[in-house]
Amino acid sequence: MWRMTILIAGTVVLGTLAVALLSWRRAIAPIQRPNPSSFPAALVAKGEVLAAEGHCVSCHTKPDGPPYAGGYGVNTPFGVIYGSNLTPDPKTGIGRWSLPAFTRAMREGVSRNGGHLFPAFPYYAYTELSDGDVQALYAYLMTRLPVSATVPPSTLPFPLSVRFFQEGWKLLFFRNRRYQTNPSKSAEWNRGAYLSEALSDCGGCHTPRNLLGGEEMGHVYAGTVVDGWIAPALTDANPSPLPWTEDALFRYLRTGVSPLHGAATAATMTPVIRDGLALPVVSDSDVRAIALYFSDVDRARDRPTDIGAMMRRAIDTSLAGREETYDPDADLYNSACLSCHANAIPGPLPARPELALNSALTLAEPANFIEPVLRGIGSRDGAPGLVMPAYATSLSDAEVARLAAYLRRTRTTLPPWRDLEKKVSAARRDLPHD
Amino acid sequence: MTTFTLNGRTVSVHSPPNAPLLWVIRDELGFTGTKFGCGIGFCGACTVHVNGRATRSCITSVVSVAGAEVKTIEGLDPEGKHPLQIAWVELQVPQCGYCQPGQIMQAATLLKDYPDPDDAMINAVMAGNLCRCMTYLRIRKAIKLAAARMQERGAHG
Repeated sequence: MWRMTILIAGTVVLGTLAVALLSWRRAIAPIQRPNPSSFPAALVAKGEVLAAEGHCVSCHTKPDGPPYAGGYGVNTPFGVIYGSNLTPDPKTGIGRWSLPAFTRAMREGVSRNGGHLFPAFPYYAYTELSDGDVQALYAYLMTRLPVSATVPPSTLPFPLSVRFFQEGWKLLFFRNRRYQTNPSKSAEWNRGAYLSEALSDCGGCHTPRNLLGGEEMGHVYAGTVVDGWIAPALTDANPSPLPWTEDALFRYLRTGVSPLHGAATAATMTPVIRDGLALPVVSDSDVRAIALYFSDVDRARDRPTDIGAMMRRAIDTSLAGREETYDPDADLYNSACLSCHANAIPGPLPARPELALNSALTLAEPANFIEPVLRGIGSRDGAPGLVMPAYATSLSDAEVARLAAYLRRTRTTLPPWRDLEKKVSAARRDLPHD
Repeated sequence: MTTFTLNGRTVSVHSPPNAPLLWVIRDELGFTGTKFGCGIGFCGACTVHVNGRATRSCITSVVSVAGAEVKTIEGLDPEGKHPLQIAWVELQVPQCGYCQPGQIMQAATLLKDYPDPDDAMINAVMAGNLCRCMTYLRIRKAIKLAAARMQERGAHG
């Protein structure tokens, strides 16, 4: 018996040593913080655009905290990981990081001191960035105002918290590589693909992950659930009633709303548009390139749709349920929702989100309907200027479930959602408390 | 602290972020034209404009209007002479009057979106504004009167 114990213990120790050895990365010597004026203004400006497109600020800024000073908690299925301080503070930020140290972090997920970074930081995407773009990002971050701010340790349980075990994850899911231009596509398409894959990491939310948190390469952009919201499929599996054409995507990514599809209401998507792709930093041409790329990914061209007919159908259903027959679900909807969502010819109007055209009702699961109903939508989120009240305190789980079932029944031709009340109650439990 | 504009003036309030906008407007800022009805967004008495659009202020948190433009019935028109207000007086729409500020704010958004609404559209958009005195028929008439006048003289903000 004791022999067996020694054998197992020995194997574990040796195995751990082997992984430790394999995963070992040297520390890169700290430098004096570079003088901000040593970076050319054009390079810094380019870095500003790239940092916005990568929406770095979203994960590296805590609520109401100074930009890039870290502390935002990223919820992962394994625990909370806090975005690090990217300001050039020598002690708590990256002030003493050289360009090679920064480049290694971006492309290999290794900290200056040699520690492996967790893939909540999407180095697996940034690895595709060009040399020039990594330099520009470095120049931009090193010229920010240094902020002294220590970030809390992650809540990952042992052994996931052991950084050298990340080597195993990398062996399975990571390849150190640069973006390869697709010669059969236009320059604009390639720009869009590069921005989407290498920098904005759209797959980070829209590609499902396996049990170990690696992206499922067979299901790129197939859609998944993030923080209770559905990040819909960006492929031709997207269930939006009207196809996401280049123009629709452009308008959505530029303004936060596509009148014929809906607004970015998800707490996870609004920062991408509001803090990321926003004017005046990010140009129309880059947003247009992303739109072009995804209109190809979702094969909008292969989905010819009679938009006029779809809109007429939507308008027809907009005022449905107002006839004399008694339908308690319709009455609930008419009392709570219709004053803002009713549309007539020549609508639907952008300021009156038309639910019959909204993928919140056509997704396989009701999350993107339930979440905004319970939480509401603030003036800074979703469609510009539009506010939706929060119904968490006024509608019961059963009532939200009835609204969801009613709209699914009358606004789509899809099968009913299951277990609605349970799902509403689960969503309510996870609401942020403030 | 939450900052927004109320009837054209910038205001900063210290209420908790999730305090209903209605309480802040009435109790903290003293604009009592907007009324408390059901408190769950089902009667429309608390309707104000947020960025020009009718919004139930009893279930809208103050933090969700940060940076927004909020207007109450007091601010709909500087002299209280919005075409809807004139039509309301002319047709003697109110009876007890309690729900009427909300009715007018909701009707203003309706006419902004659909300047010439038919009965179905009026009924649909006004469905969330209840009136226990049953002034609905006069409300509909006043909306049509205001709509006709507004169309005659072009758009009125």
